[in-house]
Amino acid sequence: MVRIGAFLVGLFFAGWLLISFLVGAVAYVSEPPAKTVEHEFHKHPKDVDFSFDGPFGKFDRPQLQRGFQVFKEVCSACHSLKFVAFRDLAALGYNEAEIKAIAKQWAIKTPDVDPKTGEMSTRDPVPADYFPKPFANNVAAAAANNNAIPPDLSLMTKARHDGSAYVYSLITGYQSQPAELLKHFPDAKTPEGLHYNPYFANLNLAMAPPLTADGQVTYGDGTKATVDQMAKDVAAFLTWTAEPKLENRRRAGLATIVFLLIATALAYMSYQNIWADKKKAA
Amino acid sequence: MSFPWAEHYTPKHPVMQWIDEKLPLPRLVYNAVGAGYPVPRNLNYFWNFGVLAGLALVIQIVTGVIMAMHYGANTLVAFGTVEQTMRDVNAGWLMRYAHANGASFFFIVVYLHIFRGLFYGSYKAPREMVWLLGLVIFLLMMATAFMGYVLPWGQMSYWGAKVITGLFGAIPVVGEPIQTWLLGGFAPGNASLNRFFSLHFLLPFVIAAVVILHIWALHIPGSSNPTGVEVKGPQDTVPFHPYYTAKDGFGAGVFLILFSILLFFAPNYLGHPDNYIEANPLSTPAHIVPEWYFWPFYAILRAFTVDFFFVPAKLLGVLAMFSAILMLFFLPWLDTSPVRSGNYRPTFKKFFWILIIDVLILGYCGGAPAEEPYVMISQIAGAYYFAHFLIILPLISRFERPLPLPGSITESVLNRQNIKGEQDALPGMGADPQPSNAG
Amino acid sequence: MASVEHTDSQGLAGGDGVRRRDFINIAAVSFAGVGAVAVVIPLIDQMNPSADVLALASTEVDLSAIQPGQAIKTTFRSQPLFVRHLTDKEIAEADKVDASSLRDPQTLEERTVDGKKQWLVTMGVCTHLGCVPLGAGEGENRGEFGGYFCPCHGSSYDTAARIRKGPAPKNLEVPKFSFTSDTAILVG
Repeated sequence: MVRIGAFLVGLFFAGWLLISFLVGAVAYVSEPPAKTVEHEFHKHPKDVDFSFDGPFGKFDRPQLQRGFQVFKEVCSACHSLKFVAFRDLAALGYNEAEIKAIAKQWAIKTPDVDPKTGEMSTRDPVPADYFPKPFANNVAAAAANNNAIPPDLSLMTKARHDGSAYVYSLITGYQSQPAELLKHFPDAKTPEGLHYNPYFANLNLAMAPPLTADGQVTYGDGTKATVDQMAKDVAAFLTWTAEPKLENRRRAGLATIVFLLIATALAYMSYQNIWADKKKAA
Repeated sequence: MSFPWAEHYTPKHPVMQWIDEKLPLPRLVYNAVGAGYPVPRNLNYFWNFGVLAGLALVIQIVTGVIMAMHYGANTLVAFGTVEQTMRDVNAGWLMRYAHANGASFFFIVVYLHIFRGLFYGSYKAPREMVWLLGLVIFLLMMATAFMGYVLPWGQMSYWGAKVITGLFGAIPVVGEPIQTWLLGGFAPGNASLNRFFSLHFLLPFVIAAVVILHIWALHIPGSSNPTGVEVKGPQDTVPFHPYYTAKDGFGAGVFLILFSILLFFAPNYLGHPDNYIEANPLSTPAHIVPEWYFWPFYAILRAFTVDFFFVPAKLLGVLAMFSAILMLFFLPWLDTSPVRSGNYRPTFKKFFWILIIDVLILGYCGGAPAEEPYVMISQIAGAYYFAHFLIILPLISRFERPLPLPGSITESVLNRQNIKGEQDALPGMGADPQPSNAG
Repeated sequence: MASVEHTDSQGLAGGDGVRRRDFINIAAVSFAGVGAVAVVIPLIDQMNPSADVLALASTEVDLSAIQPGQAIKTTFRSQPLFVRHLTDKEIAEADKVDASSLRDPQTLEERTVDGKKQWLVTMGVCTHLGCVPLGAGEGENRGEFGGYFCPCHGSSYDTAARIRKGPAPKNLEVPKFSFTSDTAILVG
């Protein structure tokens, strides 16, 4: 009884899937799905080398500081960094006094309640504060940015495939639309107010190119601030903001795996020992 | 427990004696996973995965209880509290990554455990109950994993919750009220998050309880073995402790090494980047996929594209997806061959490997975007999946001529050692131990 | 079992082999034990205060608005903190007492910053069982010694917040603090 029922159910599901396949195949052959412009022109992030690549890579502290400077002077005007606090900058090599000064001089103030009047007001950030957001809320952000909300950058490099390279590629990837594209997809002309960028998922990005000229920031450590260098530095910085415990993790991992290898070798020897009288040796 | 020659528990220390008289818990442990449980002496490494699944469950419960200490089940803060745990809590990143990757490893070992059972016929009499309880555990795991994935309240969490509860919306008439009831609203929100958190915390303990039943049911007939021949006498078995505790200790070491490699060096490899974007009910990610362990079933769900008369394709997909798991409950009665082990069933073995490849293909398609040719491939693969269990297996068991079985476990071990001169009595699944001419 | 047992061909005959075997088993088990202990450390450590909690471990208090004789109640590490501006009379009363006769002998000098004796900064946590004593707010019962009075079990503190009567064993705790200016302190 069970087997007859199963046979019928199996016949139904398998049969209907095969029919669905035939229907799909006929449709696929008679009218092949149109290629989309994203399919044809979207590019994967460029190959970039970072100091933290590979299983034992580490952050390059001076690079993180430079990247932070780019974030401070360029990105932070529109993008928030809400999961990072000023105190976290200690990991970049800043000391307590420097962090205090960075917080105090931050261009955006921290919202607070006036202790005397109870009215909403602002104050200078302190190290314990998270980076203040440039816009009070999403509505304000959209209103100020041509209806596009600048995303929070704290986790950006983990929120995209190959995120560090993605950030670098996106910043350096602005270009004019290829003639090829307009020829095949005349409807895909970049709309007014958007910017063509093949590294962006749907090719047209609301953000204007943020880094436009060499020397846009002046690095304290004498590194030449080319657009390429700045893009790389800020990508490294945002890798740190997304995964601040990266180095701890790798260090702990190395120790753990070394320990486990020894423990497992011992466990294997012990296992062989215990079974020695049950097995014939080679 | 099960065999008359099992060693009896005789507490040596007076304290153990005292405890054992009042509460025979030491005796229970001794008979369950100690020297009092005789186990076939020829188990291969595929028999390690039961204990490893237990280890994975313990890792999940420990790290999960800790995650709950730092988590806030509220849509306003959930994403932030998880980030806070990663950044500020001492060893918080370790707990979070261990919990997320631990789920994947739990499924990896459970899938291997299930396929071991499928190949060696562990589901057959007298172990049907072990199989059925195992499937209950599997279903509970899927529910737990799904709800756990919602908790970080990222984009995939949100849209996963929406899509999966949307499956219930496919049921005619009562579907939509059920979906609303499940979510406690018209879309995933605070009510959904809180109930998912509550159930996600509860279910692992239910799983632990069913695991105990699973082991209990296993101890009635005792463990099966790679030959599928029942234990005939004391010469066929060894005590679980120290023989299999030592082997499981080694297995646990290998498991933990692989787990650590992923956990410490590629913790986000199995995850999806979109879940690092906070849930946004107004914007759907371009490509929604569940976690990898659901991909084969997700592929089956999406493979149904054509309405069956008045039954919409969406409902068919939902029915098929649930059937893909639920039909396994009938497996002990679908495969009627008296031979258990696939090693002695030449036809069965070929189809078994086709099934493995088929499920891998389904998994790949389930993780791919819902476009051609993936949908067409999953239609073929899905058709085979159903046909395999519901049509092919019953037919094979009817017409197949199995190879002669060894007279006993011991005989097969001796033969292998004599003929191949192998040191290990541990062939892989494919390696065909040379049976004697005992038949 | 005897019928199938093979003779050991690993050369383990003799006591030596047996001891080596035991040694490996013991080593494997102890290694696993060490690993288990090492895993427990982060499991326990995660319950310690997290970095964001520690970052808020210091509080700045503005003293400019506190008149002599007044006290304010604020918070430090999520617990009440009393800041009292002592009057000359209260200082005199506190100094009058022979410190050595007290349950927890301390002078007012020892409990305040040099030259700023009028600023008494204490935790608002009764040293008996942790209730918040009365006396910081306007019109609250300050007990028979004019300092703080804990209503839970009747502990009375004097004007230097020293325990004088009742079950509390210690004076109200003075946290670590420093003056950042004449009218502001940093606690913690």
